[in-house]
Amino acid sequence: MNSNATTTSLGTGSAESSAPRRNSKRPKYSRFTQQELPACKPILTPRWVITAFLLVSVIFIPIGVASLLASRKVVEIVDRYDAECVNATTKSERVKYIQGPGDKTCNRTLRVPKHMKAPVHIYYQLDNFYQNHRRYVKSRSDEQLRDNHSASEVSSCKPEDTANGNPIVPCGLIAWSLFNDTYSFAINNRNLTVNKKGISWKSDRDHKFGKDVYPKNFQNGTLIGGAHLNSSMSLHEQEDLIVWMRTAALPTFRKFYGKIEEDLQANDVIHVTLKNYYNTYSFNGKKMLVLSTTSWLGGKNNFLGIAYLSVGGLCFFLAMLFSLIYLVKPRRLGDPSYLSWNRNPGGH
Amino acid sequence: MTRGRIRARLRRSSLYTFSCLRPNENETLESTSLPDRPGYSRIVYCNQPLVHQKRPLRYPSNYISTTKYNILTFLPKALFEQFRRAANIYFLLAAILSLTSISPFSAVSMIAPLAIVVGLTMAKEAVEDWRRFIQDMKVNNRKVNVHKEGGVFGYKSWRDIRVGDVVKVDKDQFFPADLLLLSSSYEDGICYVETMNLDGETNLKVKRSLEVSLFLDDDATFKDFKGIIKCEDPNSSLYTFVGNLEYDRQIYPLDPSQILLRDSKLRNTAYVFGVVIFTGHDTKVMQNATESPSKRSSVERKMDYIIYILFSALVFISVISSVGFAVKTRYATPNQWYLQPNDPKNKLYNPHQPALSGLFHLVTALILYGYLIPISLYVSIEFVKFLQAIFINQDMHMYDEDSGTCAEARTSNLNEELGQVETILSDKTGTLTCNQMDFLKCSISGTAYGTRNSEVEIAAAKQMAMDLEEHNSKMPNFHQMEKINSGFEASEIELETVITSKDGKDDKHLIKGFSFEDSRLTDGNWLNEPNLETIILFFRILAICHTAIPELDEETGSFSYEAESPDEAAFLVAAREFGFEFCKRTQSSVVVRQRYPLFGQPVDREYKILTLLDFTSKRKRMSVIVRDEDGEILLLCKGADSIIFDRLSKNGKMYLEATTRHLNEYGDAGLRTLALAYKRLEETEFTAWNNEFQKAKSSIGSDREAMLERVSDMMERDLILVGATAVEDKLQKGVPQCIDKLAQAGLKIWVLTGDKMETAINIGFACSLLRQGMKQICISASHMDASAQDSKEAVKENILMQITNASQMIKLEKDPHAAFALIIDGKGLTYALEDDMKHQFLELAVDCASVICCRVSPKQKALVTRLVKEGTRKTTLAIGDGANDVGMIQEADIGVGISGAEGMQAVMASDFAIAQFQFLERLLLIHGHWCYKRIAQMICYFFYKNIVFGLTLFYFEAFAGFSGQSIYDDWYSLSFNVILTSLPVISLGVFEQDVSSDVCLEFPALYQQGTRNLFFDWQRIFGWMGNGLYSSLIIFFLNIIIFYDQAFRADGQTADMSAVGTVMFTCIIWAVNCQIALTMSHFTWIQHLFVWGSVAMWYLFLFLYGTLSPTTSGNAYQLLVEALAPAPIYWTTTLLVTVACNLPYFAHISFQRSFNPLDHHIIQEIKYYKKDVEDEFMWSRERSKARQKTKIGFTARVEAKMRHLKAKLQKKQSSSSYPS
Repeated sequence: MNSNATTTSLGTGSAESSAPRRNSKRPKYSRFTQQELPACKPILTPRWVITAFLLVSVIFIPIGVASLLASRKVVEIVDRYDAECVNATTKSERVKYIQGPGDKTCNRTLRVPKHMKAPVHIYYQLDNFYQNHRRYVKSRSDEQLRDNHSASEVSSCKPEDTANGNPIVPCGLIAWSLFNDTYSFAINNRNLTVNKKGISWKSDRDHKFGKDVYPKNFQNGTLIGGAHLNSSMSLHEQEDLIVWMRTAALPTFRKFYGKIEEDLQANDVIHVTLKNYYNTYSFNGKKMLVLSTTSWLGGKNNFLGIAYLSVGGLCFFLAMLFSLIYLVKPRRLGDPSYLSWNRNPGGH
Repeated sequence: MTRGRIRARLRRSSLYTFSCLRPNENETLESTSLPDRPGYSRIVYCNQPLVHQKRPLRYPSNYISTTKYNILTFLPKALFEQFRRAANIYFLLAAILSLTSISPFSAVSMIAPLAIVVGLTMAKEAVEDWRRFIQDMKVNNRKVNVHKEGGVFGYKSWRDIRVGDVVKVDKDQFFPADLLLLSSSYEDGICYVETMNLDGETNLKVKRSLEVSLFLDDDATFKDFKGIIKCEDPNSSLYTFVGNLEYDRQIYPLDPSQILLRDSKLRNTAYVFGVVIFTGHDTKVMQNATESPSKRSSVERKMDYIIYILFSALVFISVISSVGFAVKTRYATPNQWYLQPNDPKNKLYNPHQPALSGLFHLVTALILYGYLIPISLYVSIEFVKFLQAIFINQDMHMYDEDSGTCAEARTSNLNEELGQVETILSDKTGTLTCNQMDFLKCSISGTAYGTRNSEVEIAAAKQMAMDLEEHNSKMPNFHQMEKINSGFEASEIELETVITSKDGKDDKHLIKGFSFEDSRLTDGNWLNEPNLETIILFFRILAICHTAIPELDEETGSFSYEAESPDEAAFLVAAREFGFEFCKRTQSSVVVRQRYPLFGQPVDREYKILTLLDFTSKRKRMSVIVRDEDGEILLLCKGADSIIFDRLSKNGKMYLEATTRHLNEYGDAGLRTLALAYKRLEETEFTAWNNEFQKAKSSIGSDREAMLERVSDMMERDLILVGATAVEDKLQKGVPQCIDKLAQAGLKIWVLTGDKMETAINIGFACSLLRQGMKQICISASHMDASAQDSKEAVKENILMQITNASQMIKLEKDPHAAFALIIDGKGLTYALEDDMKHQFLELAVDCASVICCRVSPKQKALVTRLVKEGTRKTTLAIGDGANDVGMIQEADIGVGISGAEGMQAVMASDFAIAQFQFLERLLLIHGHWCYKRIAQMICYFFYKNIVFGLTLFYFEAFAGFSGQSIYDDWYSLSFNVILTSLPVISLGVFEQDVSSDVCLEFPALYQQGTRNLFFDWQRIFGWMGNGLYSSLIIFFLNIIIFYDQAFRADGQTADMSAVGTVMFTCIIWAVNCQIALTMSHFTWIQHLFVWGSVAMWYLFLFLYGTLSPTTSGNAYQLLVEALAPAPIYWTTTLLVTVACNLPYFAHISFQRSFNPLDHHIIQEIKYYKKDVEDEFMWSRERSKARQKTKIGFTARVEAKMRHLKAKLQKKQSSSSYPS
């Protein structure tokens, strides 16, 4: 750079270079660009750690207890009927039975174990039914369900898109395989009314299933799947379909069937008359009828409460452990003797 | 340029005795037999460029290009570069497949991110290459004066010059190609060349034309000039050239002294004529240029391995999926009537061809689980590094006021590499030094003059004062120590005065090259000194014994000097200031204007120069024999002290002891020293010697050199010592401190310089890379006798022996404080770098505290860099300022260029450009440290979050018959990496600071965390992956069990897939964002905004998505508002899962902090509790302990000195208490 030869031949070379130039390039000071923004730098002191663990356990254990109580308050009757309602022992016979014609009425009796407060929710539960299969999930047309004019939007519904050359409304595998067992309930020969209104999600009813869309050309193909639909009722009112169309996440799932709007007393015996139409026998799926009350947390599931209690307990244990460690072998915070050069002097 | 200047036209060859000699005989013999050998096939027809348009004489044009791409090759080459990245290939395949129905996602969501990533990176490449192209064009379009025809010259662009052209280059112009010098403005055909750009040396080199071409000194003479040059093929050796010139049916041998190399500069010579021999990429400088490589940081390279691992995991789970799918399809699907498995159009789920369906599904799965390998990682990293680069560019502490330049991160993809540097390879001239010599002290007749202190002394004094303070407070109880302290006190006071004296007088220093300060000598006060005689003699030697030329600046009336080396110029300036102004040189005399004569007005005194014995690195001395106006003959000599001291006469050693002491002090202070001596000659004595000398001079034969040597040696004997000079090779501002800090941070520093060994060693002392008491291991090929240079093998064997001996010596050394320094020269390096020897050499070098390589060519610099890089497998950083450093800058893992200096080549080739060497400290210790940690944490976290997300998809498959259904809405998945989790991780990568910048500087040891790769080792990476695995399991299974089959709303509805997916996704968002909050240790409002904003963003997104028409949002329509938000189970699940996911990590860091705290943890705590303010003593003690135990730098120097003092004191004590 400033070789002596250069500067001497230039005479006043040094003065030139020191003259201020392009001062505009000078970075402007701002706390941001100089990385000096005010910051909070929390550090994990033992006090913080113990407090955090205790706080978690203090919050979690009550929640756990509350959810466990809520879950235990729920009364649930589960009745599996798929085997009992068929007079056959082998799979092929059962399939033959379910696919064949004839009366498929089946009577079941349920005993109410505990007082069940209205409304009592009726579910049907299927098992080993892959509503979450990609082929199945994709096979529907939201446009068609919503809008009367989009009846021909069936491209996504394959293979259940058209029948006899006309589009099917509602198209797709989901609608086609609609669950068609029916239940009726009686206590002491008094029929219980099953309220089937309001079992679907309100937004589905109001916005996803059109009021002016009516089933058309449904179950008219060579293969008949599940239920038939009343073609004079708009989809908006066919709540069974709406519930069914919300595909379940797991192969075991419950779907809302209806509500019994009266209390059931303990030890009441309910007679259920059901029509066993739906073929779960092909794929060895179970069918269950479920009656359940709900709590603020929904149906019966102890797991949430147990999980809360375990995590809370674990945190409490950790808090104790840390306090113990802190008491037995405290490390003074910011104790320089823990710095690496103090711990193993010489050897870095 | 010539305005206002008077220059004597001189026949300068008469001044020189050695350097301008005819080439000796054996070289001639060698070169006449040239064309028969391979590798010497080049034929150049001088002044006939047209001949060279046809084969086989068609050589490349003078057009140069340093770009990586051109318009045609850009697209394929840049695309190739992009898809060399393992991940990009995968994304490309995924994007292509997304066009088919196999893909579980839409095509746009796959192609758009890839296009953005690749497009952005390619655009960056294009811009960078464009800059290089512009630079090339500037060079290619430079104009030069070329002989056109019939003796007429005209200007042409550099690019249009052909081999054989005759060009005329004016003063201070660059040579456009490698030229054969024909003649110059000097009548004996010499010219001066500055080869700064080639080898970094700033002293001028003399080139000399053949006598036969001397007559070609006018434009017109080239009308009919013809000649044929036969010479070697293009090669990279800067210092050799073999060829001959055929002119007039005579053959004249050529040697390197006739060759003017491209990119060197003509100095001190009005013009030269030359013939172009090598053009464009054939030139030596271009042959030295290595291809500019695309560099990747080691973190990024390691990241590739992580991607391979993840890719294997991806393939593994995909294979599991597809096998599972095939099995399901084969056995279960025929019974699943609701899927209509017997549909003839169904290919993907065909139970009759399960293998084929499985194969299709493999592809689906690969795309579905693609979230394991985050494409957004590359975008985010590029973006983060870009912002980090802005911070580097904007750092005010790295702004140089003088040149007005900021630091510049030219390639941002090496930011984190800055935090892992292990070895620094530094150029000397222009990097460590300003290449400016200041006359600082002198010792005349045993009296030391000069009160100003060298920078080294000042800095050392400061350090020492600090350390003493510590010592005082540290061991107050030790009786013994107190004694030592009292012993120190005197020196401490001295030190303090040193510091204060410097501060007050800083502005006085105005004259360049002269920092001397001593009222006894300045302003003519030396007239009152007792030893006046010697003082006058001393000044005379300074003013006469040199080879410089004065130049009068007519405007100011003062003289400036053009000297071969800056030392010499400093001497002349000093002499001028003392009143002995060298003002004229004629062919045979030197005129010195004496300003303070004993009586009256200034007088000009003329000294007849009888003989001049040149300075060579072998002789290490220079003498002139002059006759003064009184007719007395004097031999004036200056040279290295060891050489001069050997040649003193018995009565000439009067001041020897004092001078030696002073010289040692000067050496300690990092100054360059020379001893001055003289002797009076009798007329007869001189004549007798001169006859012999002339005889030797005119002799022909191989022993001529030796004869001359012997004759001059005879004369330079029985000298009388006058004194010594001390010149400070001005280090750049803050260099010693910076080196000290870097050494404390555990970095090794190598100096690679084109300079002479002595100069390099001096600088080594100046920047404390060397110190007294350090054992110097010099490896050099020139140690051997000239006669033994016959066979290459012998030299090689010799070098190998030197290396093994030195290694042996180090092994046998028992003193733990012993430090070794390795000094090796270019010739030695040629052998040491050969394949069979380089590992021994490297081993030796690694054992030495400092390594200095001198006289190295640019190529060797690059080779040494490569050796260090590949041999130690550690990160290397090369720093330099000149074109000669380009090779090493490109070869090193990180290349740093010093900007603001003359040439831009180094900066153009560099990855980072800083204005001063001292900014390296900040660049590495602060920015490097931060960037490394940021990027390391960022990458770990990125993989963590994508593992969490990607694996939940996989688990779900097992519950969905492996059908390839995603539990999340497509839009959730798409926005996961883009808007929901990207900003927090970017803020981590940009703003995270483990400790503040001053702490980084105060505790250089923290830098070791990067060198030891503490934050990106496999343990940590797998830890994070394990954390991801754990979190994914927790998130998936807790959600699945909680939402198993029962109603989740109080009015009895059960959860469908979209509800479960959304809850699960909420948990992921919370878990990963809380995780990053736990990872961060530095929260500005930006981090808070981004982390918590991201969580809020998810709810906002869900809300907005839910308000869209149900045909778009599908099952997510009104999901939050209607179903999830009113359900308490949604919130309780979120809380439970978030806490459960982060619990192990939280426990882990808590445990780590309590039992195994890292250095930055402790420092954070100290800062947090303000202990550094309360207990300043502890703070400063720790600060000093935080230094690495180094053997170089001031601190080491001071420590060595203290050990020495202590030992001395102990000895004294023991001898006084136990008198023997």
